[in-house]
Amino acid sequence: MQLTLEFGGGLELLFGSKKKHQVDVSPSNGHIELTVEALLVWIRDNLLKERPEMFMKDKSVRPGVLVLINDSDWELCGRLEGVLEDKDTVTFISTLHGG
Amino acid sequence: MATSVKIRLQSPPADTFPEEVQLIAGARQSLSGLEIRRYSRQLLLPSFGVEAQQKLAKASVLVVGAGGLGSPVLLYLSASGVGCLGIMDPDSVELHNLHRQVIHSEASVGELKVKSAAATCLAINSSLQVILLCDDDIAAQVREYAFALEAANALEVISDYDIVVDASDNVATWYLISDACIVANKPLVSGAALGMDGQLTVYNHAQGPCYRCLFPIPPSQSACQHCANAGEETHSVQLAETTHKLTEKTLPEFDYEAFTSSPLCDAPPPGQQIVGEDQSITCRGYKEVREAHEAHLLLDMQEHHEYTIAALPSSLNIPFSLLPLQQDAIVAAAEVTTSHGIKSLQVYVICRRGNDSQAAVNELRSFGLSAYDITGGFQSWVQDVDPNFPFF
Repeated sequence: MQLTLEFGGGLELLFGSKKKHQVDVSPSNGHIELTVEALLVWIRDNLLKERPEMFMKDKSVRPGVLVLINDSDWELCGRLEGVLEDKDTVTFISTLHGG
Repeated sequence: MATSVKIRLQSPPADTFPEEVQLIAGARQSLSGLEIRRYSRQLLLPSFGVEAQQKLAKASVLVVGAGGLGSPVLLYLSASGVGCLGIMDPDSVELHNLHRQVIHSEASVGELKVKSAAATCLAINSSLQVILLCDDDIAAQVREYAFALEAANALEVISDYDIVVDASDNVATWYLISDACIVANKPLVSGAALGMDGQLTVYNHAQGPCYRCLFPIPPSQSACQHCANAGEETHSVQLAETTHKLTEKTLPEFDYEAFTSSPLCDAPPPGQQIVGEDQSITCRGYKEVREAHEAHLLLDMQEHHEYTIAALPSSLNIPFSLLPLQQDAIVAAAEVTTSHGIKSLQVYVICRRGNDSQAAVNELRSFGLSAYDITGGFQSWVQDVDPNFPFF
């Protein structure tokens, strides 16, 4: 499944300072669909370069990270249970605190 | 020949004007000729117009933070004709603020930001000070608050304004302003910026959510580049649940610094001593090492782009984040061949403030190197050895 992953607000620093990643992710063994929860694990294991605690906490993103699926808040798409489709764009933005 | 065309020069009676023309004709009474000339270009915008100008003139806006975000907000609000501005900031203007905090100028370096910002606002629009525009008897003016917003004073300050702008620079203040706006029922316009990214959010407006609704749990200390303490997490979750029930009575007592595990200001975290004195050297001590031409390796832990801004000569730049990957290169760089065989040089480690370098010393020692932390980093180097070193 082709996905576009975007990281912003400083999160890109955990991914080699690259903001946009075109990736090919398959559902894990025994699953037909790819959920956001499974995508997070895939990102952690395959894309993340450093400090996993800055990206994830338990099974979800760490507090303070906004997640958008095709520019919509993931709260509207089932959060961790949301099912991704081919060509989806998933955006992770760390909320900023600079004044 | 156009003799049949008659142009009537006299205006028709008012009630023959279409509705929108009447509105402007009526509104003219409360905008002076000077104001109409001054604000004409925005009055001409169909989506803005006289009504919006009058609302603006009656409005009072509190801007928390006169820094990078507060500067343009204050400049544009002043220029556009807002009636009453509150400016809040405890800091003074520093040279490194000027490139982005454009409300301040060279002459105001060292001055309180609220003073500098207020002077610029009044220079742009003196009506901020002198014209009574608010119908609830609040004189149009620039008010200054040269202190930080705190739980104890937030409600009192905010209650005087129609709208609050959060242009502050720290997580604790974000929660405080958001909570206070909920309790005082004020809309909150919130901005943030980091690097090339920016965010703009309106909270508590038209039944919309507040900051705490979106982010019930504050980011951990490590996410804000402060030291983490796992024990704080549960504490924070419990507090998040209780805080939605904050009232006029309980908000002033709420400990925002404990809730967010971060201070109500953006000062760098205090230095921590994690390596022993036997693994450290003062900046003066290291200066002697250099002057005595003792063979050694100086490792600079700054990020590469920082290193290119300012560094000591004859140093090896290994960004702290890359340290584990560079073990072989560092060990090789520290090796010298002597008549007694291969020997490893002493390794001195420096960073900006002396925190990363201590962690690096622990790591380098695990590689088997004799590593020493240069206490306090470049910050101390400037204080104790070379005041001309361009610390930034």
